[in-house]
Amino acid sequence: MGAGHAHRLYRHGHSPVHALPPHTKLAAALLFVVVVVSTPREAMWAFALYAVLLAGVAHHARVPAGFLLKRLLIEVPFVAFAVLMPFVAEGEQVRVLGLSLSVNGLWGAWNVLAKGTLGVAASVLLAATTELRELLLGLQRLKLPPLLVQIASFMIRYGDVITDEMRRMRIARESRGFEARGVRHWGVLAKSAGALFIRSYERGERVHLAMMSRGYAGAMPVIDEVTASGAQWRRALTLPCAALVVCLLGWVL
Amino acid sequence: MGPVTASLEVSGLAFAYPDGHQALFGVDFSLARGERVALLGPNGAGKTTLVLHLNGILGGGTGSVTVAGLPVGKQHMAAIRQKVGIVFQDPDDQLFMPTVREDVAFGPAAAGIRGAALEERVRGALERVGMQDFADRPPHHLSFGQRRRVAVATVLAMEPEILVLDEPSSNLDPASRRELADILRSLDVTVLMVTHDLPYALELCPRSLILSEGVIAADGPTGELLSDDTLMRAHRLELPFGFDPASVTMGA
Repeated sequence: MGAGHAHRLYRHGHSPVHALPPHTKLAAALLFVVVVVSTPREAMWAFALYAVLLAGVAHHARVPAGFLLKRLLIEVPFVAFAVLMPFVAEGEQVRVLGLSLSVNGLWGAWNVLAKGTLGVAASVLLAATTELRELLLGLQRLKLPPLLVQIASFMIRYGDVITDEMRRMRIARESRGFEARGVRHWGVLAKSAGALFIRSYERGERVHLAMMSRGYAGAMPVIDEVTASGAQWRRALTLPCAALVVCLLGWVL
Repeated sequence: MGPVTASLEVSGLAFAYPDGHQALFGVDFSLARGERVALLGPNGAGKTTLVLHLNGILGGGTGSVTVAGLPVGKQHMAAIRQKVGIVFQDPDDQLFMPTVREDVAFGPAAAGIRGAALEERVRGALERVGMQDFADRPPHHLSFGQRRRVAVATVLAMEPEILVLDEPSSNLDPASRRELADILRSLDVTVLMVTHDLPYALELCPRSLILSEGVIAADGPTGELLSDDTLMRAHRLELPFGFDPASVTMGA
């Protein structure tokens, strides 16, 4: 698909992972996350193995570690929540550095942290190796309700248009001497947001007219059919299958 | 149907919006196949309302619209929307798919065309507007003039009987304006061009209609209408400063 959307999350490349059909990668990432989540939290070594598996995929996809780690930062707000858990959870307490921490809370925090990080890392890898456009085709192929796919597709198409509109409104405000300096100016910003909403809504109506004029009757026509061979499925599912073995060992040992 | 079916036949078309505002008061005109006609009129004359009647987006008033012998109505809606290609004023409204290729393919795919035939339609339409090298680009990475041309291609891909353009020259720089004019002249479809841009109308359309206050106030050769001062003034139409339609020599 040519140059396409150069989105910030996407990393252009020609690795074997990039070449896999989008729906196989989506399915693999989803299954991997499900397997990770169903692993008992006490099997700490299993999570280390998952991380090794992901590192293997990243190496295969030629996604550098720095790129991956930087994008993992999105997780920080959730981590902050996990850090609170040992302090607030009930039950048996242990003392660490003079602080009284709940054992259950510590396990809970570890659980959220480990599973969350692995899930985010898998998603970041997916996004880094799959163009947005392809992801939509993949979702469509995996039989996600068409309305959701359409909404996502319009978000991609009009995100930039609306950001641009927002930028123009900001320039217009500032050209007339407005500067947001404090609470007293929030009213103006709120009104701008309202105006932006109405503009976007009206654009939505015009787009709908244009779609109907070209024969839209409620369903998006299928233009690109993505298909995957058995070999491609097998390659994509290597990751969740390996993870499943680790998970089973985690339960047994 | 006679031996020569008109591309578009509008008769006695009247329409009021649900809020009671009456926009059209009995519009009559007809376009022969292959004609290029300009629809002129001041703001608020009902031009957009008329355009939305041509492919049945608006309806329910009195009068009738017939496209190539087919009455516009619920029973032939799919066929009508294929035959009447509307190019809207803002290409960002018209181009709603993630890539140019998919956008051009949208209309034909909605009509059930698939595979190689679909690719052929897309390639052909993009070639006619000189945008074949941009097929895989997202529309918002194109210049305004390029987006307008792609918007024309999205409609050409449906192989319409009649092409309706809403303000085709708006926001275009002189070079894009001329390129679009060359494209429009090269097409062998009936064209109805809704515009305020009187020199553009004179350049492209031998015949013009003036829509004013919901009726067709004049219908004749563009040069003659534009030279008629009284008529022009009566309908709030003004030529740009220093432009004299009589002094323009028209090429073929």
